[in-house]
Amino acid sequence: MSRIGVAFDKARADGRAVLVGCMPAGFPTVKGSIAAMTAMVEAGVDVIEVEIPYSDPVMDGPVIQKASDIALAGGVRTADTLRIIEAVAATGAPVVTMTYWNPIERYGVDVFARDLAAAGGTGLITPDLIPDEAAEWLAASDAHGLDRTFLVSPSSTDARVAMTVENCRGFVYATAVMGVTGARARTSDAAPTLVSRVRAVTDLPVGVGLGVGTGAQASTVAGYADGVIVGSALVRCVLDAPSEAEGLAALRTLSAELAEGVRNPAR
Amino acid sequence: MSADALAPVAGSQPDSAGHFGRFGGRFVPEALVAALDELDGAWRTAIADESFQAEFGALLRDYAGTPSLLYEARRFSAKIGARVLLKREDLNHTGAHKVRNVLGQALLTKRMGKTRVIAETGAGQHGVATATAAALFDLECVVYMGEVDTERQALNVARMRMLGATVVPVTTGSRTLKDAMNEAMRDWVANVDETHYLIGTAAGPHPFPAMVRDFVRGIGDEARQQCLDLTGALPDAVTACVGGGSNALGIFHAFVPDEDVRLYGFEAGGDGVTTSRHAASITGGSAGVLHGARTYVLQDADGQTLESHSISAGLDYPGVGPEHAWLHDTGRASYLPVTDAEAMAAFELLCRTEGIIPAIESAHALAGTVTLAPKLAAELGREPTIVVNLSGRGDKDVHTAGDYFGILDKEH
Ligand SMILES: Cc1ncc(COP(=O)(O)O)c(C=O)c1O
Repeated sequence: MSRIGVAFDKARADGRAVLVGCMPAGFPTVKGSIAAMTAMVEAGVDVIEVEIPYSDPVMDGPVIQKASDIALAGGVRTADTLRIIEAVAATGAPVVTMTYWNPIERYGVDVFARDLAAAGGTGLITPDLIPDEAAEWLAASDAHGLDRTFLVSPSSTDARVAMTVENCRGFVYATAVMGVTGARARTSDAAPTLVSRVRAVTDLPVGVGLGVGTGAQASTVAGYADGVIVGSALVRCVLDAPSEAEGLAALRTLSAELAEGVRNPAR
Repeated sequence: MSADALAPVAGSQPDSAGHFGRFGGRFVPEALVAALDELDGAWRTAIADESFQAEFGALLRDYAGTPSLLYEARRFSAKIGARVLLKREDLNHTGAHKVRNVLGQALLTKRMGKTRVIAETGAGQHGVATATAAALFDLECVVYMGEVDTERQALNVARMRMLGATVVPVTTGSRTLKDAMNEAMRDWVANVDETHYLIGTAAGPHPFPAMVRDFVRGIGDEARQQCLDLTGALPDAVTACVGGGSNALGIFHAFVPDEDVRLYGFEAGGDGVTTSRHAASITGGSAGVLHGARTYVLQDADGQTLESHSISAGLDYPGVGPEHAWLHDTGRASYLPVTDAEAMAAFELLCRTEGIIPAIESAHALAGTVTLAPKLAAELGREPTIVVNLSGRGDKDVHTAGDYFGILDKEH
C-alpha cells in the first residue's frame, strides 16, 4: 500500500479524516517554504501537498497564483522543488506533489517520476491532466511505484467518475465546487453528493478540496470525506504576514485549528 | 456558401479525441470536460444540420459581407515580382476574418441554450467581434484583456463597451493575451453551466481547434474558387500570418489536398528569432502543453511559458494552434518568421501601392510574401501566383503605425 494509503487507513481507524495542507514550492523562498511546510507538519497537518509553481495555473485562484508568481520571480526551478520535497519528506509526513502538466513533460515524464520517487515523494495530483491524456504518466508511475491522483468534479458524468477513479492510486481528489482554488465563506452542497458517487465505485479514500479554510469547515467536510485539502487559506497566512516569523505563527495557528476540525468530524 | 461547406473533409484530422498527430487533445481541469463534450456534440450535430448551415450561411452573407473579394494587387505585384491576389477579409464586418468564427460560435451558444459568452482578446479585435455577436444574439458578454493591452488598445476597449460588453482588465502574470486566456478559463470553470467560452483562434482544448477551423474555412473555399475563376488555375502558393492560426488555417484548409499549392505561415519574429523578443512559437519554440492542448510553445528549460513580443498585438501569443504544429511536422506547410521591421516595410508598401491599410498582423503575411516571391520565381522559372490572406484592416493599428513611422503629431 502507498504511504498516503497508510495515512488514510490510520486516520480512518481513529475515526477521523486526514488533513492535507498545500503550499507552492519556493514560496516565499526555498528555505522559507521548507520552514512553512515543516511548521504545518508540527502543528498537525498529516499530508503535505507541494505545488510546483507554474506560469499559467488555470485551476488556481489569485492567492495561490500570487504565491507561485513570487516563487517563480525568485528563480525557483523544478530541481529546487525536488529538493524541497526531499526536505519535507524527511519530517516523516507523506508528501504529494500537485503539478500542472507542462513542467513534467518538459523535465521528461519518466525521469521526473524516477527523481520524485528518489526524493521521497508519494505521487502526483494533476489538475490539468485527465486520464484520457495520461498514457505516459500511467506507465511512469507504474514503473516507479508512485500514486496517481486525478480529479473528479461535480460536472463529471458517472462514466467519467468510474473511469477516472479506475486510474487513481492512493486517493481520489473530489473538487467541492465548480471553480478554482480559494477559500470560500460556505462549504459546498455539491461535495457530499460527489463523494458518495465516488464511494459507489471505489474503496479508495476520497479527499475534498477547493474552498475549505476554517476549522469549522474542515469539521464539516471531515463528516463525509476521508481527507480535507486546504490550500489558499494556509498560503494567505504567509502571503499577508508582515514578517516571516509572524507568517509562520499564523500558519501554525490555522494548521492547528484545521487539525482540530478533522479530528472532530461533524456527523 | 454551398450546402456542404461545413462538412468534414474525408480523412482530415483530428481524430475523435482531437489529436493532430502528437498534438492537440485536452489538457484541462476535469470540471471542463462535460462542457467540452457538450460543445463537441452540439458542433457535430450542427454541421450535419442543414438548417444550421443555412442560418450560418445567411449570416455570413447578409451580416458579415462574405464572400470577401479576391483582389489582384497589380501595383504591389509589380514591386515584388509575383502575381499577388489578396483575399480581402479586411472588408468583412468588424474588419477581420474573425467575424466568421464568432458568428459560428454564437449560433452554437444559442443552440446549447447558454446565455453568456466570455472571450479573451489581445488587440481587441476578437473582443470587438465577440461583443458584436453578443449584441446581435442578445447574449451577456464579458471580455478578458490583459491590463497592458487595455492601455495599448484603448479604442477597442471603448468599442466593446459601446456594444454592451464588460471588459475586465487582467492584472496577473505578464498582463497580456496569455493571461487573459488563463482568466477566461478560470471564469469558465466556475460558470460553465450558463457560459460559453468563445475562443478567438484555432487553439485550446478539443473541439476548439477543429471547430474554429471549420467556421473560418470558408476563406479558403472561396479563395480557391475565386482564383480558378480569375486565373484559370490554382495558385503556386498561399500565405497567411500565424498568431494562434485561425486565419491561416481558414485559408489553408481548402488547399491542403492540392499538393502543388505551397502553404506558408508567417510567424511574428519581433526583433528576430535569435533574440528573446519574438512570438514565433513554431520556429523558436518547442513542443509542450499550453491552454489545453499539446502544441509548440515558447517556454524555458523548466516548461514555464516565456513572454512573447510582437509589434502586432494579434500575433503576440506564446503558443499556436495544434493543427499548425502538425502541418509543420508533416511538412505540408512551411512556417517562417517575419520581423517587426519587415512587417512594417510591407505595411507601408501596401498602403502606398494599393491604397489599402492592412492590419499589422496581415502585414506579416505580406512581408513574408515579398521575401518568398523571388525564391519561388527562381524555382519555378516564371512569375508565381500567390494568394495572400489579408486577414484584417489596419484602422486599429493607425496609432501603432503612426508612432512607428514617426508621423503622429506628438501633441495628441
Ligand atoms: C487582423 C488579424 N489577423 C490575424 C490575427 C491573428 O489571429 P489568427 O492567428 O488566429 O488568425 C488577428 C488577431 O487579433 C487579427 O486581428
